[in-house]
Amino acid sequence: MNRWEPFEWITAIRFLKDGRMQTIFIVAAVAIGVAVIVFMSAMLSSLQANFLKRVLTSQPHIQLISPDEVARPLRPPAPGLVVTSIIQRPAQRIRSIDQWQKIRAQLSEWPDIVTVSPTVTASALAVRGDASRSISLTGIDPEVYFKIVRIPDYIVAGRARALTEDILVGTELAKDLGLTLGDKINVTAATGSSRILTIAGIFDLGNKGANMRTTFVALRTAQALSNLVGGVTSIDLTVNDIYGAETIAQAVQAATGVEADSWIKTNAQFFTAVNAQQSSNTLIRVFVGLSVAFGIASVLVVSVIQRSKDIGILRAMGTSQGQILRVFLLQGGLLGLLGSIVGAAAGASALALWHAYMRQADGSELFPLVLEPSLFITAVLLAAATGVAAAAVPALRAAKLDPVVAIRG
Amino acid sequence: MRLNKVCKSYNIGTPVEVEVLHDIDLVLQRGEFVALIGPSGSGKSTLLNIVGLLDRPTKGRLFVEGKETSKLGDAAITKLRGHSIGFVFQYHYLISAFTALENVMMPLLVEHAFPNDDMQRKARELLAQVELTPWENNLANNMSGGQQQRVAIARALAMNPALILADEPTGNLDRNSANTVFEMMQRVNQANGTTFLIVTHNMELARRCHRTIEVVDGRIVTPE
Repeated sequence: MNRWEPFEWITAIRFLKDGRMQTIFIVAAVAIGVAVIVFMSAMLSSLQANFLKRVLTSQPHIQLISPDEVARPLRPPAPGLVVTSIIQRPAQRIRSIDQWQKIRAQLSEWPDIVTVSPTVTASALAVRGDASRSISLTGIDPEVYFKIVRIPDYIVAGRARALTEDILVGTELAKDLGLTLGDKINVTAATGSSRILTIAGIFDLGNKGANMRTTFVALRTAQALSNLVGGVTSIDLTVNDIYGAETIAQAVQAATGVEADSWIKTNAQFFTAVNAQQSSNTLIRVFVGLSVAFGIASVLVVSVIQRSKDIGILRAMGTSQGQILRVFLLQGGLLGLLGSIVGAAAGASALALWHAYMRQADGSELFPLVLEPSLFITAVLLAAATGVAAAAVPALRAAKLDPVVAIRG
Repeated sequence: MRLNKVCKSYNIGTPVEVEVLHDIDLVLQRGEFVALIGPSGSGKSTLLNIVGLLDRPTKGRLFVEGKETSKLGDAAITKLRGHSIGFVFQYHYLISAFTALENVMMPLLVEHAFPNDDMQRKARELLAQVELTPWENNLANNMSGGQQQRVAIARALAMNPALILADEPTGNLDRNSANTVFEMMQRVNQANGTTFLIVTHNMELARRCHRTIEVVDGRIVTPE
């Protein structure tokens, strides 16, 4: 007996040691439950973090686009006259955002906004010899645009450079047109303008479709090709608080009069998927927690029955009801704590093992693993608290045992 | 210890209400060594439980060291029981998770919450008194019935109680062990002046006590 251990602690530990097999089995059961929770929670949060990172490093947080053109009657009908008309929606031309320089300056002063990058987006045809592919041409100012979409991180050959004669293409387009660094391609925009551009870099965005269609050129080049000299089709923004993007977008739209779409709005499906994942994860946690609680409670109920004579003797020698209560609550807490420590370690090990063996087709990791210490601390504390809560009923039963009945058995 | 017109009934207020002890008057003087005898079902164990503050009388008054107990709450009763009364049961009832030494220390640990050297010293002295020093680190399950009963006596003595109640302490032992245990209790009684009330069916042992109280059908039939 250690001097620093109180009676309740000593007795609880001895009872657990004495019923060794019961203790081992319930600790194993708790450990399995906690391991499942840790494994699933860490995997889901890693997946979400990775997905979020991918989404937010390949698109702006907010995009300002020029408003759609709408058809309006040339003149209002005279009073009392009813005019029937068919209003045809006009085809949407590529148009510049009106006074975009003023808007850019205004947004650059906005405290919540980090980066402001004007861009021109147009469709075009990339031609090399007899082969041609339709592409999406994005004209950018690399200095600011690369702070939004980190193209340099995705470059697999060449450099992330966008001088007026340069073009950055995806791996799929390069493969289809047989392009290597320094090769020339003819880019013809829908307006009919065309230019010979040099392959300065090849990137891999991790998406086959994007690698086939997306290309980047200098802003001036895109403006010239789309007959939009001095204009931009969109202004891309990043903000400090990614989850506040929608609120900021609404404020920007109100302040500038230009339509502003946040990444939250354009990725509504992603959020639905995240919410569904979180709900299912919560449900699994609740049910695993309940099964752990019932497991601990059932073991302690049996323990109270098995130890009724011990309880009777302890009560006869002056042990109070409160002391007996604490002995059994402690046992519940210790079972939860011990099981959760083993389970957290097992869950983390299983996750690391799974992460090491499960690879993408090219051998690279599926996604970076995020193991937050808070997850382990929370799991351990919650399991211990669950253990104490689960022990409440058997502990009360033990405390209320009539010593005469308990001794008689 | 004094019992004054103590009655005990079960199933009170129901059609099967039964009174198992009727108007018991009993006084136990300090240092007495008393045998409590009677046929099975006569109320001996119920009387012992009441004297030991494990059960409460339905009627009558019980005084322990001059203190009337009927108005005491559970916590006070538990404390009084822990301080003033020791128990030795027929089936030893040591706590199997603890060693002999720890079992003897247990009442002191319950009282003081944290273990200390004094407790250990006292427990060792008591084990020496019942001649079990070599077995102090043995778990209860690894000891014979007679040894376990001697550990139980040492444990009952840990708090220096005025009274030790023994419910058939030799009933589960062979003749030699029973004799050893009985002599041990007599020695403790003589050395410490501890009062003993011993329930027994063994008339030979009962005759060796200072006096004998017989309970028949819930009444004391032997005049004190």
